[in-house]
Amino acid sequence: MQSKIDMKVKRQLLWKEMKKNKHNYVLMAPYVILFLTFTIIPVFMSLGISFTYFNLLESPRFIGLDNYTKLLLEDDIFVISLKNTLILAVVTGPVSYLLAFVFAWLINELKPKLRAFMTLIFYAPSISGNAFLIWLLIFSGDVHGYANAILMNLGFIDNPILWLKDPDYMLFIIILVQLWLSLGVSFLAFIAGLQSVDKTLYEAGAIDGIKNRWQELWFITLPSMKPQLLFGAVMQITTSLAIAEVSMQLVGFPSIQYAGHTIVTHLIDYGSTRFDLGYASAIATLLFLIMMSANIIVRSILRRVGE
Amino acid sequence: MQNLIEQIKNRKYRKKKRINRSKGGDIALFIILALFGVFSAFPLIMTASNAFKPLDELFLFPPRLLPRNITFDNFRDLSELMSNSWIPFTRYFFNTILITVLGTLGHVLIASMAAYPLAKYKFPGRTIIFTLVVYSLMFAPQVTATPNYIIISGLGLVDNPAAIILPAIASSLGLYLMKQFMEQIPDELIESAKIDGASEYRIFFQIVMPLVKPAWLTLIILLFQRLWITDGGSFIFSEELKPVSYALRQIAQGTIERAGTIAAVSFIMMIVPVTFFIFSQSRIVETFSHSGMK
Repeated sequence: MQSKIDMKVKRQLLWKEMKKNKHNYVLMAPYVILFLTFTIIPVFMSLGISFTYFNLLESPRFIGLDNYTKLLLEDDIFVISLKNTLILAVVTGPVSYLLAFVFAWLINELKPKLRAFMTLIFYAPSISGNAFLIWLLIFSGDVHGYANAILMNLGFIDNPILWLKDPDYMLFIIILVQLWLSLGVSFLAFIAGLQSVDKTLYEAGAIDGIKNRWQELWFITLPSMKPQLLFGAVMQITTSLAIAEVSMQLVGFPSIQYAGHTIVTHLIDYGSTRFDLGYASAIATLLFLIMMSANIIVRSILRRVGE
Repeated sequence: MQNLIEQIKNRKYRKKKRINRSKGGDIALFIILALFGVFSAFPLIMTASNAFKPLDELFLFPPRLLPRNITFDNFRDLSELMSNSWIPFTRYFFNTILITVLGTLGHVLIASMAAYPLAKYKFPGRTIIFTLVVYSLMFAPQVTATPNYIIISGLGLVDNPAAIILPAIASSLGLYLMKQFMEQIPDELIESAKIDGASEYRIFFQIVMPLVKPAWLTLIILLFQRLWITDGGSFIFSEELKPVSYALRQIAQGTIERAGTIAAVSFIMMIVPVTFFIFSQSRIVETFSHSGMK
């Protein structure tokens, strides 16, 4: 009885609190409705659909874990796409993260005008839309391709290499182009983070015996920008596990021997081409789990930096 | 007198000298930056210069960095190619501009409206919403592509620009950055406006929004570059509603002979967001100084 009254009082208090904040809910409503509709609800829908056979024409039919067993045990192409995705992520994720930080750190030493110019140079590829298609020309398989022309002129190769058709080179090229595109928001976050490190810390550090720029980086700069480092990690991990566009545009979709196939292109294959939405949702759910766990693991490691 | 000059000289010297920097290190730094800078800029410069090269210069070896005979042929070919097609070129551009402008402005307005309470008030539901936003940064939009298609067709929005615009408005990165940026607005400012009798909505539109202009620019560029290159995906079927990026893909099928035309379109697609960034860089970087996560 007592607890029932407590609950009632609590609910009344909550209601009062909510009424007091009416304007806040009004301001947030449009965003929250769209956000729930297009981001949160779909995650749960995806999970639900993944247990069904669904082709958009008939209503979904519950088939239990069939999609998952097929995906993990029978689908050889999924295994290839998983392997490619992990290779791409393990290389482009950490490398792009390091590059973004190192360039931001080096740029930070420059005078403001030069700094702004170099920021533009490194950031521009990531906002240049379809400009990455120029790599089709650079790695074109005939003698007109810049890479072939240069290597042949220098005498390294006799015949042009079919860069974009040869499974041995595809992943390498996707990695190269992806890295070229990878200095995005985390790069800007690092530049901003470096500029806001308290300058007096460096003077104090010099007095306390810090001798060179490396020690300064390790003992002062990195610990001061931990929040930006965490933010940048989330951005790079999510991007590096979602590589698809560059692969599809450069090496084709599907690529020869599936050498450029990734989890996301596999997902697109089943979702948009074959309309097997149940299976596509199973792929999406696995990808979701991979992305979330990668993020959570890396975050818990990075949180410990400097502690 | 002599002493004083000496003192000033010393002070100047002290000010200029940077702590813990060696000359060798500075030179190495410069070389590394220059090398990677060239790697980063080269493809973009090629894209730009190819757009203005006549066809015979496009396949010269060694490739010339800058065109010798600057020509606008590629742009002319492009518009011819497109106007000969069923749908005129300008229509594709109009579609892209419509999607980009509505999506970007909608995002800035709606994400800011939501960011303000999250940054400045405590109320039931606040923590859960913001936690969901942070978690949503951890997975790529492709994860939700299939259910999104079902939702959008359920809402009857297939083959409607809203199918692209509405999900973009709800982009979580923009809300996250805007909320972090708004946190630094002093509470006293809002309090004093309240004492003066301003309503909550008025405070938001007349005090908060003008203060977060740097963050607007950031949200604009992030969404702009995403929407600017959208090809309509599986949401837009009608040829007359397709964005320009789709048309580019059609042209690009023509492979190598179309290299000049492809370069012309790539150049147009690239130059708009890059120009925008050039003029708003310092404010965008300012926004990111508050981007940190705990």
